[in-house]
Amino acid sequence: MNPSHNPSNESKDSEITLYGETFKSRLLLGTSRYPSPEVLAKAVEVSNPGMLTASLRRQSSDKESSKSFWELLQKLNVPILPNTAGCHSKEEVIATAQMAREIFETNWIKLELIGDDYTLQPDTVNLVSTAQALIALGFKVLPYTTDDLVLCQKLVDVGCQAVMPWAAPIGTGKGPINPYALETLRERIKVPMIIDAGLGLPSHACRVMEWGYDGVLLNTAVALAQDPVSMARAFQNAVNAGRGAYLSGAMQPQENAQPSTPVLGTPFWHHT
Amino acid sequence: MNLGIIKVKINQTEFELQGNSTLEDAAKIYGATPPFAAAVNTEFVPRSDYKEKRLKNGDEIELISPITGG
Repeated sequence: MNPSHNPSNESKDSEITLYGETFKSRLLLGTSRYPSPEVLAKAVEVSNPGMLTASLRRQSSDKESSKSFWELLQKLNVPILPNTAGCHSKEEVIATAQMAREIFETNWIKLELIGDDYTLQPDTVNLVSTAQALIALGFKVLPYTTDDLVLCQKLVDVGCQAVMPWAAPIGTGKGPINPYALETLRERIKVPMIIDAGLGLPSHACRVMEWGYDGVLLNTAVALAQDPVSMARAFQNAVNAGRGAYLSGAMQPQENAQPSTPVLGTPFWHHT
Repeated sequence: MNLGIIKVKINQTEFELQGNSTLEDAAKIYGATPPFAAAVNTEFVPRSDYKEKRLKNGDEIELISPITGG
């Protein structure tokens, strides 16, 4: 795979551009399931994410918790990517996205349209028309999708300027379960692609970045680590390492061993 | 004009409101605190329309707030 970016601009290339807007990091971070707001804040500080995901739920009796999260988001001052998590229909997605736009004052939306509650697999039949409807309403849509090539292409065809295939089902931490599909996708889809969901280890993130993915979005792998702050930093390093490797153009694997030390002049060497 | 009482659901809890109630009245009765956004029967209602949005019997109102998410 040939790098599409200029390797000499590697430091600049820690940034990602989506829908013409540039974000400071190729790591997008979720805000859920951390041991405390303080740990979340520290994880954000050390990993410098390009965007933070957030969601919306019915206002409950625990209004203070929502208010303190809101205040934390203001303090962190990282662009917010609201999601439509839990939506099962186009109508629910559209209403949720519009509510998110009003609250977060952003046109960005992570489109989640769930088709199966057990695997949290997106509703692939209705995903494209839902994305199209959101785009018509002025949203910058980042659709969470499976690794299906034709589906991803259809999302691009209706105006998605980036797509976010899963590596594995949300929260499983299994890493890329279908490398062939993800590598094929990268070769065929020409818009920025972010791996969203299923990553468990920094090596998973590094691997997909080596394949040429433009970024990763993760949450559970950091939040449920024993030391989320340290893991957030490790993921950021992995994303940068993978991106650097992709831009560097990896060697082709060889069948036979080849000494890296020059053979000529080897002491004590003689023909037998 | 007496418009009677209507029954609506706010975040899945049933409330009885005056028949001429608006979405703004419903948000007050529920005790919604900013930041929040609203939908009635799965249709978004902009904040600027709360005062004009008349509710009717059987309406299902969602009042939602930011939470953590992935």
